[in-house]
Amino acid sequence: MAEETRATATLSSEAVASPERAERAERVERGERRPSRSSPAGPGGREGGARKFFRRKKVCKFCVEKIEAINYKDVRLLQQFVAESGKIVPRRLTGVCTPHQRRLSTAIKQARNIALLPFAGRA
Amino acid sequence: MNRTYELMFIVRPDMPEEDQDKLISTLESAVTSFGGRVKSVERMGKRRLAYTVRKFQDGIYVLLTAEGSGGLMHELERRLRVSEPVIKFLTVRIDEEQKRLDKIKAIRAARRKTSSPPPAAETPGEAPAATA
Repeated sequence: MAEETRATATLSSEAVASPERAERAERVERGERRPSRSSPAGPGGREGGARKFFRRKKVCKFCVEKIEAINYKDVRLLQQFVAESGKIVPRRLTGVCTPHQRRLSTAIKQARNIALLPFAGRA
Repeated sequence: MNRTYELMFIVRPDMPEEDQDKLISTLESAVTSFGGRVKSVERMGKRRLAYTVRKFQDGIYVLLTAEGSGGLMHELERRLRVSEPVIKFLTVRIDEEQKRLDKIKAIRAARRKTSSPPPAAETPGEAPAATA
């Protein structure tokens, strides 16, 4: 049901604000330890503009295109969310919403098991 | 007895065509002897593997969808494990996922019916008929 509401409100500010607020809450929680060794231009507990990686415009690709089934068999779709090294890209970089990220990571792990995706690539 | 499974397995690339057919027909007969039903067998052809499996760089992928109990899958997996040409396999249960997808499709169809206002027809009369 959350997927439905998010899908209908993709262009409104609400959908953009809620993942934003969730991200901020996340970072504030971890904010205590981060400033001591965080990178200068990074999501390290600093709010308001210094976040280079957080793209406000990024919405969940699956919610927008209404792709419900994330199959381990469509390697091309999965490869968009896998780095060069074979690692699964975190959701703050791709903008995927949480339930879809969970399903996506399960699908990627299944694909890895059946040798459709590598466990570790170049790096 | 209504669990749907998807079994994907990789056969070594130097296996001849008739041996593949023999293997697949053995599996199919095993499914039916256990009281299951084969829904489809799809040969996905030769593909490059993402990593080396048993010193092979390529493999022939086969996808078998079957309906049956868990014991059936257990037996199939056991056979695949001992069979020499099969180098990897993966079983996924898909009936729960299918149920979820059908539910979402039904919800979407119902929403589309009720959201678009028809010119002069009864909407409540149409919507249950569409979802049923």
